[in-house]
Amino acid sequence: MNVNDLVSNVNFLPWLIPVGPLLAFFVITLVTNRAKMVAATSSEYADHNHPGYMGLRVPVSSVSGRILSITVGLSGIIAAWLISLTVVGQALAVEHLGESDVFGSTIPWMVTGISTFNMGVLVDPLTTIMLIMVPLACTMIFIYAIGYMAADARQARFFALISLFAGAMLTLVVADNLLLLFVGWEVMGLCSYLLIGFWFEKESAYKAAIKAFTTTRVADVIMMLGIVYLYMMTGTLSFRDILHNEVMLSVLANTPAVLFGGLSAASLIGIFLIIGTIGKSAQFPLHVWLPDAMEGPTPVSAMIHAAAMVSAGVYAIIRMYPLFEAGGNPHHGLLTPPLMLMAVVGSFTALFAATIAVAQNDVKKVLAYSTISQLGFMMAALGIGAYIAAAFHLITHAFFKALLFMASGSVIHGMEHGDHHVQHAHGHGHDDAAHDAHAPDDHGHDDAHHAPHFDPQDMLNMGGLRKTMPVTFITFLIGGLSLAGFPLITAGFWSKDEILADAWKGLTEGFGPHALVFVLLAVSAFLTAFYTMRQLGLTFWGEARTEQAKHANLGQGIVSFTMTLPLVILAFFAIFAGFVGVPPSFPIFGSIFSPSENPFFEFVKNTLLSEQQPGELTFAWFPVLTSFTVALGGLGLGYLMYWRKPLQAGETDPMVKILGGLYPILKNKYYVDEVYVRVFVKPSQVFASVVVVRFMDGRIIDGILHGIARVFIWIGDFLKLLNMWLIDGVGDGIPEYVAAFGAYFRRFQTGRVQQYLLWVAIAAILIALVFAASSGWLVQASGG
Amino acid sequence: MGEAFQFPILSVIIFTPIVAAVIMLLIDGEKRDLIRGIAITAAAIMLVLSGAVYFGYNNQVTGLKADLDQIEQDGGQFKATAMFQRSLAFEEKVSWVDSLGIGYHLGVDGLNAPMILLTGMVTVAGVLISWRIDDRTREFMAFFMLLVAGVYGVFLAIDMFVVFFFYELAIFPMYLLIATWGWVKLREYAAMKLTLYILIGSVIAMVGVIAMVLTANHFFTNEGATAFQAAKDAGVLAANAKPMSFSMVNLMAAGEAGAFNIPGYAGVDVLTFAKLWFPFIFIGFAVLAGVFPFHNWSPDGHVAAPTAVSMIHAGVLMKLGAYAALRAGVQLLPEGAQAHLPWIVFLTLINVVYGAFIAFRQRDFKYVIGFSSVSHMGLVSMGWASMNVIGMTGAGLQMFSHGAMTALFFGCVGMVYDRAHTRDIPSLGGFVKKMPWVAVAFVIGGLTSMGMPGLSGFIAEFPIFQGMWNASPNITLQIGSFVLSNYYSIIVILSALAIVITAAYVLRVTGQVFFGEFDEKKYSDVGDIAVTDRIILFLLGTPLVILGIYPPIMAPMIEAGLRPVLTILGGGA
Repeated sequence: MNVNDLVSNVNFLPWLIPVGPLLAFFVITLVTNRAKMVAATSSEYADHNHPGYMGLRVPVSSVSGRILSITVGLSGIIAAWLISLTVVGQALAVEHLGESDVFGSTIPWMVTGISTFNMGVLVDPLTTIMLIMVPLACTMIFIYAIGYMAADARQARFFALISLFAGAMLTLVVADNLLLLFVGWEVMGLCSYLLIGFWFEKESAYKAAIKAFTTTRVADVIMMLGIVYLYMMTGTLSFRDILHNEVMLSVLANTPAVLFGGLSAASLIGIFLIIGTIGKSAQFPLHVWLPDAMEGPTPVSAMIHAAAMVSAGVYAIIRMYPLFEAGGNPHHGLLTPPLMLMAVVGSFTALFAATIAVAQNDVKKVLAYSTISQLGFMMAALGIGAYIAAAFHLITHAFFKALLFMASGSVIHGMEHGDHHVQHAHGHGHDDAAHDAHAPDDHGHDDAHHAPHFDPQDMLNMGGLRKTMPVTFITFLIGGLSLAGFPLITAGFWSKDEILADAWKGLTEGFGPHALVFVLLAVSAFLTAFYTMRQLGLTFWGEARTEQAKHANLGQGIVSFTMTLPLVILAFFAIFAGFVGVPPSFPIFGSIFSPSENPFFEFVKNTLLSEQQPGELTFAWFPVLTSFTVALGGLGLGYLMYWRKPLQAGETDPMVKILGGLYPILKNKYYVDEVYVRVFVKPSQVFASVVVVRFMDGRIIDGILHGIARVFIWIGDFLKLLNMWLIDGVGDGIPEYVAAFGAYFRRFQTGRVQQYLLWVAIAAILIALVFAASSGWLVQASGG
Repeated sequence: MGEAFQFPILSVIIFTPIVAAVIMLLIDGEKRDLIRGIAITAAAIMLVLSGAVYFGYNNQVTGLKADLDQIEQDGGQFKATAMFQRSLAFEEKVSWVDSLGIGYHLGVDGLNAPMILLTGMVTVAGVLISWRIDDRTREFMAFFMLLVAGVYGVFLAIDMFVVFFFYELAIFPMYLLIATWGWVKLREYAAMKLTLYILIGSVIAMVGVIAMVLTANHFFTNEGATAFQAAKDAGVLAANAKPMSFSMVNLMAAGEAGAFNIPGYAGVDVLTFAKLWFPFIFIGFAVLAGVFPFHNWSPDGHVAAPTAVSMIHAGVLMKLGAYAALRAGVQLLPEGAQAHLPWIVFLTLINVVYGAFIAFRQRDFKYVIGFSSVSHMGLVSMGWASMNVIGMTGAGLQMFSHGAMTALFFGCVGMVYDRAHTRDIPSLGGFVKKMPWVAVAFVIGGLTSMGMPGLSGFIAEFPIFQGMWNASPNITLQIGSFVLSNYYSIIVILSALAIVITAAYVLRVTGQVFFGEFDEKKYSDVGDIAVTDRIILFLLGTPLVILGIYPPIMAPMIEAGLRPVLTILGGGA
């Protein structure tokens, strides 16, 4: 393949989609991220002025580095977007893409023995719709970040990381196999860690980052086991080889699993993979990381909650769907264990998170829980076989949730702006220039003055923002209504309605799970509409409840422009994206938008084999009326409580009174975090420190070792003693006795010659006797 | 190997450090810079030659694979031995003590070539990080060079006697290095503990190997005489080969002829030589790889050792244990491996989980890394226990990956410690501001250790788990009437838990040491790292990324090296 092919051949083109952002990451990291050193207390670093860095010089992006990084980052993502558009254009031109034709190419990556791990790209209908949504949403987030991060000391680093994030997401989208998908999946997990902890000076930020990473990591590892098991069973990880192969699917469905008797291999693999998604898409019980992830800069929240990370979880399920379905048929009420798991976890999470969202006062936390809830909608939909409805909701949700997050970011930015204004207006006897010059002293002073610290994210501090931030208000309103599923004119309505319609159809046929999903989701949809209206009311309606809110605005110039433009563009999609999926049989709207067929439905269903494709639903009034009722009912109730009589400064939230004893439970998110700390974190710490470190390693193993050593020492001491008495006794004894002998014999050396002669004579006689005797004996011996 | 003169590259690699050590000891100890210069020159020569060996061998792998396929197809009684012999390159063979069958025999195959490269890298890094040692520089560098020579010798030796010769050669300077230049509080205890553990392990293994040599000799001179002749005829053994030999080739041929597989060994009906001796030989060597419950020398040893020694110790020496356990254990006694690895795998599981748990609760920065090594080395032994190509290739990759990663970790710890003078994690913090490069390197190492895709840890751990999972249906463990089958998958699930704990402790340490608050008063003299330190980080960090993105640079070679082992194990693909 030469370069020309790579660009002109649509089968190779998808390879290039993630390249732009990935390249941008490297270029920014290695080349354009030029920093200058300033004092940590300088105003350029002021946003996260940290007492621990007092007197320290810290790196801050230089202006040229900033501009270059923004340019590089933006070029990367725009390149990805343009290539995606080319690919999408060609994909839409193919009749029945997916049935027989797909775009893609594969190369071997790692070969071990007879098995090969391939890397490849694939564009089928599902990829196509993701390629419409992801690059668009990412580009909007990038543009927004230009303004949002303008005052941050590390903007260049931010663009590097968010480019990597986007690159990983695009890799995941174009992957043609589970391994490459997993690579993108994990790299995104890493980026979320780095970006949630972007303001690492804040302890809460890096703790949230660790929490997000470890929680999703637990799930990822289990997902990896699923991949391992799948590979063992099939010898390939390519989506089309596994999922477009009925023989293989039926083998998987009919082989009993290695573990947990009673499950089929397909079910066990499915459950492993779903646990991965439960972590990534923040479903109960692994949802705890997501609200904390709000510690990151707001564009990151938009990225995580809309365009990339959480969508990736649901995308992976949609991608592997035939595997979960294998051995069952949700359209006839036959739910396999993985589908059942999804239906139960999804619908429960949808309701669970929606109830928590009702009692939150942090503008971003409300949205965080709403994300968890909406992902629950998608999971539940997948559980009951509403494959296309889930994909549809994934796309529309990405648009309106990206919009909502960025709009809330604007609100926070505006409130901070207001806060600055208030601080300066108060004045400490010197003007702005003096303020900067004396920053170190000022800092402590400010903290003391404003204690408790003003929280720009608390909705109770807001109110009346529609007056100072009209564009943000309108776009937030559009996003909110879409989230609430305001009937007929918002994208959220159409996708949510389709899920309910699917569940209703199952309910009428008497399937239990479908009924559960229908009821729980309808209640959640009601709550969604209500808390959205509450949020809008508290934030924008009524009168400003604080000085800061009175002065909240985005200012002028590039910051304001880049933070407004994406909102307007996404608002467009938050309304109109829904019209591609209007059921043809829907009164009036059907004949306008889908005269012959539901375009979204017809396009996406070809991702599956024709036998697995769901049939088009016939129109039923009950689910539509339910959608109408819950959306309008929730919005109406919210209107009555928070719009007709807006909250006044100092007044308590009416929720507190209405919910009574329930309120603190919801406010504290059912105490799940606390329970986890008690049940998992503390015991494992205790286990590790007491059992493993102190007892096992310290006592037993080292104990045995030291015991042996002690025994050796004893033996040594014993031998030493023995040595002293016996061996040394002998050893030292010999010379001693020799010496004693010598002393004895010395007595004979008297110096008198006569005595010597006497001794000589005696000796001579003795010797002669000896000789005589011995020779005689010798003779005797030889003779005898 | 042709008659023409061949540059004895392997011997040059082994003797360069010895010559360097001798030269150093001859010059004036006050000329520190000259000594450092000699050390870094020798290390650079070793690295360049090691690189030449590695890439030279890598270029042959494609051709080698075709040949191995051919040999396997041709079959024959000695096909595994023939494959092993074919795999060896850069061979050097000189007879030494002929009467005992001892020869100076060196060679490279797909298993040791990556280790050679790793040793070269870690040696250069070790010399550089010891650059500022002023206390008896000459002796330090000389002993360090001797240690490296021993390590190289073990990796390159094909003769078991030479293996032990260099094995013991490595231990002696290590004891001195730790006991003399180590951390005052612990050095004598740790050096003694480490030396005793390793010596005892190696003595047990040595007894096993000598028994193996004698058994092969007995077999070839008696009932296996025809097989001996057949091996000579097949060209597997040289025409002048003797029955008594320490050469792995001979021992492998004896094994293939069935020498270690005769029932009734030691008077017990069901016992064979392989079944009796495998655990001693395998675990004897695996002590050096930190196998549970013989792991406790390693964290203490690593903590007490000076940084360079920790690097070479955790980075290379522990691999030496795993490598020798594979070579002398699995490759020479495959039946023993099949009988015993199914229970040894539990030890490796304990290693993996237990090491991670302990690392999680350490306050001392260096102990964290020490126990993380115990945990990760467990994965290597676990990969061997899978006894199939995917799992074992993963283990081979893990040896390299973990070597570079741990050396990098210890390098980072050393750099922080040199400047902060404490390793107590809670009292450190915010060091990213002062040493951004160290933080980046530590994060890269950390991500590698938790198996992040795109880094070498993933392409090592994923195949290990895959191999274990694949092996699961074929594995049964029988102890008396108690039968356990298909449990490898559970082991995979449990050890996957350790990856999560790894993520937890790596992030905790990263967060506490590099992020968070920086205490300017306490660490007022902490500055950024020197150029030599950056070279270390770069040298050890880059391979993690390259291998992670492009595994074909190493995986096919390791796989080729495993072919003879797998063939003798029964061809398990």
